Amino acid sequence: MKKKFIGTFAMGITAASALIAVLAVVWILGTVGWYGASSISWEFLTQSPKEGMTGGGIFPCIVGTSILVLLMSVVGVPVGTVTAIYLSEYVDRSSIVAKWVRFAVNTLAGIPSIVFGLFGLGFFVRFGGGGLDAILHGGTLHWAQPNILWASLTMALLTLPVVIVSVEEALRNVPQELRSASLALGATRWETIWKVVLPNCTTGILTGVILAISRGAGEVAPILFTGVAYFLPNLPHGLDSQFMHMGYHVYVMATQSSDVEGTRGIQYATTFVLLALTFALNFSAVYLRAQLRKRSLQ
Amino acid sequence: MIHENPSDVPSRMRASGLDLFYGQKQALYGIDLAIPKNRVTALIGPSGCGKSTFLRCLNRMNDLIEGVKVTGTVELDGANIYDPRIDTVGLRRKVGMIFQKSNPFPKSIYENVAYGPKIHGIKDKATLDGLVEKSLRGAALWDEVKDSLNKSALALSGGQQQRLCIARAIAVEPEVLLMDEPASALDPIATGRIEELILELKDTFTIAIVTHNMQQAGRVSDCTAFFYMGRLIEFGNTHNIFTNPREKQTEDYVSGRFG
Repeated sequence: MKKKFIGTFAMGITAASALIAVLAVVWILGTVGWYGASSISWEFLTQSPKEGMTGGGIFPCIVGTSILVLLMSVVGVPVGTVTAIYLSEYVDRSSIVAKWVRFAVNTLAGIPSIVFGLFGLGFFVRFGGGGLDAILHGGTLHWAQPNILWASLTMALLTLPVVIVSVEEALRNVPQELRSASLALGATRWETIWKVVLPNCTTGILTGVILAISRGAGEVAPILFTGVAYFLPNLPHGLDSQFMHMGYHVYVMATQSSDVEGTRGIQYATTFVLLALTFALNFSAVYLRAQLRKRSLQ
Repeated sequence: MIHENPSDVPSRMRASGLDLFYGQKQALYGIDLAIPKNRVTALIGPSGCGKSTFLRCLNRMNDLIEGVKVTGTVELDGANIYDPRIDTVGLRRKVGMIFQKSNPFPKSIYENVAYGPKIHGIKDKATLDGLVEKSLRGAALWDEVKDSLNKSALALSGGQQQRLCIARAIAVEPEVLLMDEPASALDPIATGRIEELILELKDTFTIAIVTHNMQQAGRVSDCTAFFYMGRLIEFGNTHNIFTNPREKQTEDYVSGRFG
């Protein structure tokens, strides 16, 4: 009798815990969808904030987020891909070098994003920017302040592990026999990688890109000190411009606005757009990955 | 069949005192074997005897395996291919390889065959077209694929894929072809076609073939090397190896008593 009770109780507890996760998702999506969807309009997506950020749209935030993500990918994806190639194709799996690089990548993945923000401020803005100013501008302040370039570089660093891990997995999925075939024809290792291995893992690289983007698009902490702005009258016009960002915009509207209550609709709608973007990217990554698995099984 | 002694034929490749270690474990013990020019040499022996390992020494494919150490020499036309100054890329161009499992690139039939020549710097379309046709003819595949050169190689049957791999290997015009159980995954008809092809290819190439199939060794090869436990037990004319071996172990193996 007692045993049976404990059994039922244990099942109840585990089921209830599982339900919490489901409920949380439903709650978040439900609220954001319910309040957000009604505020979304063509104007909201294409206009700048108006009336001291209590009206208008989020166009500059969409542009800023997009440029950030684009620059981040342009820098992070090649570096991550090349690192993955090095780990998977050049060094022995069990070698000391491979172990250390892997350890570094895993550690990088575990660093809190705010620490990346501080690192970006110290390294890119102060050190990198300061150095550039000393060389190019005779010490006048130009590059040594937050801008979209430094924010993108910081973000690239944050998303590097995601790219490395997914590209490495894709490289591992390329059958060894294809490498042997190419090498046995007298191709060099690099020719083999370039002409046989990489063309067979474009899907994997793409998955890495998308996962990195969806990770990066939602992060605010790394750009807090390195480039994002509260409000800007103009769109970014160069690498040295600051930018607006959807995630940061939500934070600003919810905490710093002159009329927090009155801008609820904008907050929900911005969150909705951000979520929709991240989900779309995540789902396409999942889809691409499934395609990749299916193909590698054939 | 001429019952010549392999040592009477000029050799194309010659292994001398070849030892190979996988880490601490020795897999080949002092192999001395000369592979005669324009003949088919079969390497036979039970699983794990070192015949495939030996084959892969001939184009240094073992270099790609972690922890492999080779001592001794293998000469190709008199030059030691284990000389540190030897470039494995040039070596593998001269010593081509066909693998057990057909491994066409997921590219078109044309691109598969043209891969090697392109890698080695041939860019001219007409030259490439000519090479592709010549190689596919050489691999007895031309008539079957000439109208679908742009189709994916993966759409071919298993036997066709293996012949495509042979075409791909001969497109770089090697001197030696190493075949590692090239027909073991094929049905009897496809196997028969590969065997016919091997007999045609030996006019142009020197061939070394690893096989588990005694009948196949008997059908296609001129000389046979029997390996056992990492050692070369006996090497001679195929007819003699099968009908009148010198060694007891060879006799036991070819008569099917073990292995």
